[in-house]
Amino acid sequence: MHELSLSSAIVNTVAKHAHGRRVTVVNLRVGRLRQVIPDTLEFYFQFVARDSVCEGAQLMQEVIPARLRCRTCDHEWAIEIPAFRCPACTGSDVEVASGDEFEVESIEVEEAECIAQR
Amino acid sequence: MHRTKVKVVEEALDANNTIAAANRADFERAGVTVINFMSAPGAGKTTLLERVVADLPGVRVGVLEGDVHGSMDADRLAGLHVPVTQINTDAGFGGECHLDANMVRSAIPSLPLADIDLLIVENVGNLVCPAEFRIGEDARVMVSAVTEGVDKPLKYPLMFRACELVIVNKIDLLPHLDVDLDHLLYNIDQVHPDVERMMLSARTGEGVDAWRDWLTQIAVREEAVV
Repeated sequence: MHELSLSSAIVNTVAKHAHGRRVTVVNLRVGRLRQVIPDTLEFYFQFVARDSVCEGAQLMQEVIPARLRCRTCDHEWAIEIPAFRCPACTGSDVEVASGDEFEVESIEVEEAECIAQR
Repeated sequence: MHRTKVKVVEEALDANNTIAAANRADFERAGVTVINFMSAPGAGKTTLLERVVADLPGVRVGVLEGDVHGSMDADRLAGLHVPVTQINTDAGFGGECHLDANMVRSAIPSLPLADIDLLIVENVGNLVCPAEFRIGEDARVMVSAVTEGVDKPLKYPLMFRACELVIVNKIDLLPHLDVDLDHLLYNIDQVHPDVERMMLSARTGEGVDAWRDWLTQIAVREEAVV
């Protein structure tokens, strides 16, 4: 259900960079740890995008796998289930190397042709 | 018409985080420690507050109540003679399921910041969205009732990771449930290794002293930092 709030955050972020231009594509990087369901996000995005610069824009989601790194023994590994202890040394001082992204990477916008060409 | 690609590279929640930082600065200036208090609906947040807010030695407490609708929780706490401020999220987009930094920001003018040391923000009951939105708090506390079962940390890892303290509530009901407390604690540890935990019953009062001490200490500690 948080996909609705997240969609609003995406549209607001995009609007800031679109400067009024119509947006055709939004490229998003989503980490696996964000618990985002791609289809749900797509659904709410189209809903929230209505009457904004994002109306009708395509939402491209790149899913980033979750990788952790142990600060104690430097072990780095990928996780498929939420288990955050280091499997090598059982330590708890573990950082997320990737997988918590929720980032608008780029957008594609429509530019009017420049009519003041020399 | 032609199409142009515009590089953005911006966390979509940056706007919220910026407002949260502004809230935090306001709270710090006022010398108020802020707790973001989160759980699923019915885990016992309000009862846990009723147990302690009027009885923290040397700490003046205020409560900010976030609910989708109504003031039932605020009414319960008002009888304890602590200042309670209500935010209803249904003024937002169809009734938001969480508090965000902007909602808390809009409530700041109505908070008695000069008269309190500790502000407890009771978030909307929900194990998903509140974990995503910082509000300018010093610490996040979540409540997991044993009646919710042992699997919730694995299903809602974001929430169990987004807190500095996990309160395991309703332990008085364990004899009546097919819930293995050790299994629940193991799952919490898998998702958030070494997170501080507290087992208690808001109903019987068992273990509530530790909760009271934790709140008192964090209020005093943050004051010492300021």
